[in-house]
Amino acid sequence: MAPLAAKERMKIASQDMPVQEADVRAGNFDEVALGFTLELARMEAERCLQCARPQCVDGCPVGVQIPEFIKALRDGDMVAAVQAMKAKNNLPAICGRVCPQEVQCESRCLVGLKNQPVAIGRLERFVGDFELRSRSCPPTRGASTGKKVAVVGSGPSGLTCAVDLARLGHSVTIFESLQNPGGVLVYGIPEFRLPKAVINAEIEFAAGCLEIDIRTDYVIGRTLTIGELLQEYDAVFMGTGAGLPSFMRIPGINFNGVLSANEFLTRVNLMKGYQFPQYDTPVKIGRKVAVVGAGNVAMDAARCSLRLQTQHARLNGQQPGEVHVVYRRSRDEVPARLEEVHHAEEEGIIFDFLTNPIEIFGDERGNVRGMRCIRQQLGEPDASGRRSPVPIPGSEFDMDVDTVIMALGTSPNPLVFVDAEGLQRTRHGTVVADQDSGRTTMPKVWAGGDVVTGAATVISAMGAGKRAAADIDHFLQGDSAW
Amino acid sequence: MYRILEKQDLSEAVKLFVAEAPQVARKARAGQFVIVRNDDHGERIPLTIADYNREAGTITLVVQEVGKSTMQMGKLKASDSFATIAGPLGHPTEIENYGTVICVGGGVGIAPVFPIARALKEAGNTVISIIGARNRSLLFWEERMRSVSDELVVCTDDGSYGRKALVTEPLKELLEARPGRINRIWAIGPAIMMKFVAQTTRPYNVPTIVSLNTVMIDGTGMCGGCRVVLQDGAQFVCVDGPEFDGHKVDWNSLMSRLAFYRDEERQAVEHWQHVCNLEQVPGGEVA
Repeated sequence: MAPLAAKERMKIASQDMPVQEADVRAGNFDEVALGFTLELARMEAERCLQCARPQCVDGCPVGVQIPEFIKALRDGDMVAAVQAMKAKNNLPAICGRVCPQEVQCESRCLVGLKNQPVAIGRLERFVGDFELRSRSCPPTRGASTGKKVAVVGSGPSGLTCAVDLARLGHSVTIFESLQNPGGVLVYGIPEFRLPKAVINAEIEFAAGCLEIDIRTDYVIGRTLTIGELLQEYDAVFMGTGAGLPSFMRIPGINFNGVLSANEFLTRVNLMKGYQFPQYDTPVKIGRKVAVVGAGNVAMDAARCSLRLQTQHARLNGQQPGEVHVVYRRSRDEVPARLEEVHHAEEEGIIFDFLTNPIEIFGDERGNVRGMRCIRQQLGEPDASGRRSPVPIPGSEFDMDVDTVIMALGTSPNPLVFVDAEGLQRTRHGTVVADQDSGRTTMPKVWAGGDVVTGAATVISAMGAGKRAAADIDHFLQGDSAW
Repeated sequence: MYRILEKQDLSEAVKLFVAEAPQVARKARAGQFVIVRNDDHGERIPLTIADYNREAGTITLVVQEVGKSTMQMGKLKASDSFATIAGPLGHPTEIENYGTVICVGGGVGIAPVFPIARALKEAGNTVISIIGARNRSLLFWEERMRSVSDELVVCTDDGSYGRKALVTEPLKELLEARPGRINRIWAIGPAIMMKFVAQTTRPYNVPTIVSLNTVMIDGTGMCGGCRVVLQDGAQFVCVDGPEFDGHKVDWNSLMSRLAFYRDEERQAVEHWQHVCNLEQVPGGEVA
């Protein structure tokens, strides 16, 4: 294609990414979004204006060289596109799928002022998927510095930190408590949004090329402690996430069938409960499921429930059940990505806004048989800046449900803080760490990701892992004292 | 992978494994547990550590075959491996010199009560142990328990060995015979046994510690599936336990939670036996 003028580029229509149809995907756990073809990707890439001062890069928590990779892509030089991408982001196939681009890079795109912004996330995924197949650009380990770093947790922040440090020549060991590396990417995010094969391929490739030692089944705080790691390693990075679930303090919360989104998603994703009994871990398929909360985790739990119901119903020739998302605020305050809400609604999930559970009922066997809710209205803005929900007196009503999944947010798991003398935490249980460097109040211990911020996004955790890696490197090279 | 160095059949349904897990053995203390997976399709099963050898880097697990995963485990032999052994998890038993203590082990619960009795004995306690099982074939470790106990009572439900009694009977007699002189009691076994032990000791006001084995996934506080209802709210067995004050446990809630996946457990066993049978047929296809 001949070079185009900006005006012409603005006229190119935004390219849709092929997706599985809603009624088909409701019955499987395969990926919903199928990815661009080369033609679609190059057409979309033509829409980029190659701004002299690209705003999109400022919108990216890890500063991906967006115009460079898009330019290479539209020039047909995929290897150069991968190189431009991997200069800042080692896990593009993951980020391209789960980043909230609409509030990051894409929200700053100038094309977006008049038109749909350039689909940077979809292009990133295209480049990432190309690299998963072609392996054109293996990361290389720098000359050994002789320094050893322990990275606790193999989720987005830990992985990013480990990869950056290994590229700089440090010897890195990752400690993971579960049986597979990936953290929330494997236990939390479902297969249909982020296939396990993509995560495993990204991790295996990076860890293999960079000689990163990944030790699974190590529960830091129990198997080893932070204090013990410090005796053996020159620096410790904590990327342990926010794994502790919250339960509402309402009567009936301990009936069978009330479970945390963490438990439900771990059963389904990490343990592959949707393939029970081929896999050993069972997961209950509720006939009527209420998911409480409306963040991304709630969307994941609701959509997993719906898939289990549909699979089960098709197998047995029954009618599928119902999945409700119960949220105390209104649609405008929903914290989940718009795309997730949209997909959920397409698949048939019912949203009950301005509704708050106040009691769960059980039967004689202790199993959930219903949930009492109260309608809410929006009042004055609260501490979060959102209008706070206020119960409407006398508006109580009962929902017929047999499963209640609590998706109310998570906080850091305190287990990891055993024997971490001097490590300060906030009253929310998060680690106090410098935002730029990731340094905690405990010497030679850095932290980043959800363990510092509370539950946030994959990419912000990656950004924190990256910043910490840079500071750890400065420290280990003797460029900065503790 | 965690290699199995030794396997023993303690009874038809109770199997002992000594497995390599040096990072667990290094830290393990009485009362703690590990999460074990058989293979890549396996579920995460919490098993109390029955013994450990720090020098050899091994831990001992005693498993009763009750469902698919434990039956499959029962087929493993020395030189096979577990896919996962993670731990040691949970809080260790609070070992002190309490004076005179009673350790009650029921069925497969005899195994985890052993290291507790041993540690209590080493701490200077007078240790009275009561071990029991449904019948003689389910009893094991009598001599091991005797070696760490000042007194040992052995009973079976059906009288096929030792005294014909439930463990609560000799327990009540001891409490009656030595009023105020029993300082603490541990009980590990089936939930129903621990419930009745707690009921038995309550009128005597003797602190009674039970070790709970609930449904768990991660074992590190992430899922909350293991929560147990206590007098003052729910706690997580994996990180707050596994030992709790038996007088505070809501046993009915505990038992209903244990039964929640019964249908799936049955389905898993049926599926597994079906696959096993097919594998034994020459040329048989695995469904």
